[in-house]
Amino acid sequence: MTNIHSTAAEMASALATKEISSVELTKQHLDRISAVDGKIHAFLHVDSEGAIAQAEAIDAKRAAGEKLAPLAGVPIAVKDILAQKGIPTTAGSKILEGWRPPYDSTVVAKLKAAGVVILGKTNMDEFAMGSSTENSAYGTTQNPWDLTRTPGGSSGGSAAAVSAFEAPLAIGTDTGGSIRQPAALTGIVGVKPTYGGVSRYGVIAYSSSLDQVGPFGRTVLDTALLHEVIAGHDERDSTSINAPVPQVVAAAKKLDVKGMKIGVIKELSGSGFQAGVSARINESLELLVAAGAEIVEVSCPNFEYALAAYYLIAPSEASSNLARFDSMRYGLRVGDDGSKGAEEVMSATREAGFGSEVKRRIILGTYALSSGYYDAYYGSAQKVRTLVKQDFEKAFAKADVLVSPVTPTTAFKIGEKSNDPVAMYLSDIATIPVNMAGIGGMSLPVGLAEEDGLPVGLQIMAPLMQDDRFYRVGGTLEAALLSKWGKPILSNAPDLMVQK
Amino acid sequence: MAAISRDDVAHLAKLARVEMTPDELDHMATELDQILGAVKRVQEVATADIAPTSHPLSMSNVFRDDVVKPSLTNEEALSGAPAKAEDRFKVPQILGEE
Repeated sequence: MTNIHSTAAEMASALATKEISSVELTKQHLDRISAVDGKIHAFLHVDSEGAIAQAEAIDAKRAAGEKLAPLAGVPIAVKDILAQKGIPTTAGSKILEGWRPPYDSTVVAKLKAAGVVILGKTNMDEFAMGSSTENSAYGTTQNPWDLTRTPGGSSGGSAAAVSAFEAPLAIGTDTGGSIRQPAALTGIVGVKPTYGGVSRYGVIAYSSSLDQVGPFGRTVLDTALLHEVIAGHDERDSTSINAPVPQVVAAAKKLDVKGMKIGVIKELSGSGFQAGVSARINESLELLVAAGAEIVEVSCPNFEYALAAYYLIAPSEASSNLARFDSMRYGLRVGDDGSKGAEEVMSATREAGFGSEVKRRIILGTYALSSGYYDAYYGSAQKVRTLVKQDFEKAFAKADVLVSPVTPTTAFKIGEKSNDPVAMYLSDIATIPVNMAGIGGMSLPVGLAEEDGLPVGLQIMAPLMQDDRFYRVGGTLEAALLSKWGKPILSNAPDLMVQK
Repeated sequence: MAAISRDDVAHLAKLARVEMTPDELDHMATELDQILGAVKRVQEVATADIAPTSHPLSMSNVFRDDVVKPSLTNEEALSGAPAKAEDRFKVPQILGEE
């Protein structure tokens, strides 16, 4: 029986054989959202009418015998940072409350063209600045594994929606780990594609040289199917790569890693990582060896500076990108009583519309870019970026993929780090180097930490535009883990219908 | 010595066009000082011989053909405007009084 607990691939084949209609499947998910989202708060906006209308259109096309894309009729949740025509898009900020974009982002347009049914927009840290969704202006998302904990962030709503079976698939964005970290903390698969692999057109910019859109799913294959829908060159994004999309679906189905070299990054293992996290990672490496892969140790000595460089580069780019929120063309306007000039209105609007983390990063970025400090801060950070890239190049000369834990710990408590920005930043220590170099990475759930019973994610990284490699390794390891456990990892999560 | 003072933050806030309450300024100065203390580590390895990287991809001058295509209508472009008049964005006064 196809239902909300099926994989997206199973849903797609049940739709193709007309065992279930897209309207039925969409309604099942909307019912699930009504039943559990009061506890999870994954969604900022649920577009029931639009989703049903889209599902009806797909069912009609299928009935008429039209050829449809593989995921046609399967529902999805989209992070509220991607513009969708006529649908409220806030980026988790008060400054965009009520804004309805007059156009679709390229990714949303591709989803629509492929017949993927958009259920609604998901919660996130304001402008993707955060690691817990606690910086959303619209309240925190709860982790389906433990409602007192965060699902991670900034794409926490998307990850929680997939983990809680509110949607089989979701779209997120990843600037320093914002797909991989929440995927790890909620026990699902999340991929940050190679920079330039997926168009950023219509994605509200945070840090343009680091931002990348990517897929979430509950299995490696589901994630690959979605990856192929959204990837590809777009002339509206000048940083989009004009080359064929890596064959990630074929790679996810390969289930073979014989002869592959897996590089373990020395600097991202051992002390600094929770014992239960390290234990699950080591177990995964043993399974990969049993499947015929070879483990090599690699050293990336400059990674320890990547976090510091990130918190100069990202705020610098953000201080420039967020200048567009000037209260003139869209969004909030405060204090325009006829007596004040444009600059005063602008300052008052930004004071009222931005949350404290956003203000903090704008001020930090303004400082790092100001004359007299530019070389010492932004300039030095750009040099560290070169060193991080070189570390990756040396490591990939010895290994086909690199691995590390995604996060130092399992999901942390809501409120635990919200008053200590530096502690919060540390949760991205293993994911940031990937963004700095522009390469792709996957977060794969590899079990539960013994001490707290919460999910652990393995990060698998590959060189630029070789995203198929982490799908191949991830798919193989996922199959080995499944045969070991006998059931999917999410079957260990508490039943939200009874949980208080 | 603090790398960043309350007055610095007030100046930066003015440059960035973000009004701040006295309370916010106090708070932000302390936090930014801590953050700068942590991030200035980049200076330890950023020697003069290393070239900076501003972008992960080495692309330059990406152009498309200059062909007119349909775009937003005037109405669509103004649909999110906080204020509009005569098919234009209406903004507060931008020059000093006459």
